[in-house]
Amino acid sequence: MIRSVQKFFFNRSSRRATIAIIVFLLFWEICSRSLGWFGFQVPWIGKIPAPSAVITAWIPLLSDSGYWLSWYLSAKRVFTGFLVAMILGIPFGLLLAINRTAYGIMFPTFEVLRPIPPLAWVPAAIIFWPTAEMSIAFVTFLGAFYTIVINVLGGAQSIDQRFFQAARSMGSSQWDIFKRIVLPATVPSIAVGASVGMGITWEVVVAAEMISGGGSDGGGKGGGLGFFIWDSYLGGSYQQIVVGMISIGIAGYLSSSLIRALGDHFSKWTRR
Amino acid sequence: MTNINMKNKATGEIVLKSVSKSYGYGETLKEVIKDCSLSIEAGKLTVMIGPSGCGKSTLIRLLAGFEKPSTGTLTIDGKPILGPGKDRLVVFQESALFPWQTTADNIMFGPIARGENTKESRDLAGFLLNKVGLSQFKAKFPNQLSGGMQRRCELARALVNLPEVMVLDEPFRGLDEMSKELMWEYYANLYEENRHTNFFVTTDIDEAIFLADRLIIMTNIPTQVAQVIEVDIPRPRSLKSLFELDRANEIKMEALKILHTEAMKSFKSGSKAAADFIDAYSKRVEPLAS
Repeated sequence: MIRSVQKFFFNRSSRRATIAIIVFLLFWEICSRSLGWFGFQVPWIGKIPAPSAVITAWIPLLSDSGYWLSWYLSAKRVFTGFLVAMILGIPFGLLLAINRTAYGIMFPTFEVLRPIPPLAWVPAAIIFWPTAEMSIAFVTFLGAFYTIVINVLGGAQSIDQRFFQAARSMGSSQWDIFKRIVLPATVPSIAVGASVGMGITWEVVVAAEMISGGGSDGGGKGGGLGFFIWDSYLGGSYQQIVVGMISIGIAGYLSSSLIRALGDHFSKWTRR
Repeated sequence: MTNINMKNKATGEIVLKSVSKSYGYGETLKEVIKDCSLSIEAGKLTVMIGPSGCGKSTLIRLLAGFEKPSTGTLTIDGKPILGPGKDRLVVFQESALFPWQTTADNIMFGPIARGENTKESRDLAGFLLNKVGLSQFKAKFPNQLSGGMQRRCELARALVNLPEVMVLDEPFRGLDEMSKELMWEYYANLYEENRHTNFFVTTDIDEAIFLADRLIIMTNIPTQVAQVIEVDIPRPRSLKSLFELDRANEIKMEALKILHTEAMKSFKSGSKAAADFIDAYSKRVEPLAS
């Protein structure tokens, strides 16, 4: 452990990064305290709670089960929406790529719906889905779904003709071509779609929670991290807003890293 | 596994009769092949050489069955060529190895595709893997192989299907000179061992003469046969024979004359590039055409 810490500080770019972040935090702290310390308030940053205040507000939350429940609820929605988007999106994208008729019929509709931001669907989703929970899940699903379909479609369509020619010459059936050419060749695109889709899902879930009022549990800190931020704002607890923001940043980073690692594992053959 | 006998009765005679191929129509009509008739004799290594862009690759696509001719017929052993098949396998100049499969899996692709994953085909695949010198790399991905190794893997991948005709479209193009010459000897050796019908397309005259039993020289686009030369240099061939034998040089001069004539025709009169080329050519110390 000591070794890896030492290695970290020997590396010039990690030293620079660390110093930059420390400077940033100091700057933030000074600006936020500017009213009390200097008598005049730095515009914009001066109004944000200081890092020290944020940490102070954060510590009691760490032992508050409601806080972790927010994590759990948001993560649950993200992964549910993401998983359904993958399960529906990958076959749909592949279908569009290999079947001209399906493409001709379904792609135009898909492309017409795609520009509508998932968040614009929130009111409609609330009306059409029986529970608020399902409405949020639907909206997060949409965010990832479009991305995954577009990436899968693009990946499958850009498979080099030579591979199909070689396979047909050697006697592959249509099914064999799908199983042993189309699917493996599309995996890297699926990985990309999944990575990007995961990021989008987090953005959507947070906003959806803010707008919809937090889903099944509602009230207090039971509605997910997005609701937590909104609730903190309404309750005037501004430090908690920042806590919420940073929490979401961490959660999003962890999920994206996980998906990226999985994607890289299945795309090993693309690297030397 | 050293003694797998790959010799069988040589078949795979391909005959082209009055084949033409054009793309587009009306004003955009582009004739690539015009009234081309030739035969690729069974059991021989036939090399086709022509100026760049003359339509050789199109001819290969017709042979392989990826496209149909505009007019004319192509037959293999008398049967019309209607589509791709394992009796005519093509090795292209750009690697078509499946990047997501290892060397060994790539080689076994054909047999598995046809449901022939038997001990026999696996043995043959192992034998070929050895023969092309890639047994140590059987678990590597194409990305991890050098250009020359990828070519060899493709040869193995095609050969394991025991095609009647092996078609190679400038497969050694882009390799450095040393690798290329090694590949020539290597490939000629492979051919000489089992004498299957081979059809090899190139723009490199030395490569052509080294490998060929019959040399078919093509005209410029729209292409047809300009000349057929029987390359009666004895086998087995070595690089020395290419440089030292008089017969080899005779053939080379004859072929170059025809190729230069054809290349000159490619320039429309009045174009700057043509004038430049013709000017440089006419100032050659020893003119080729006499």
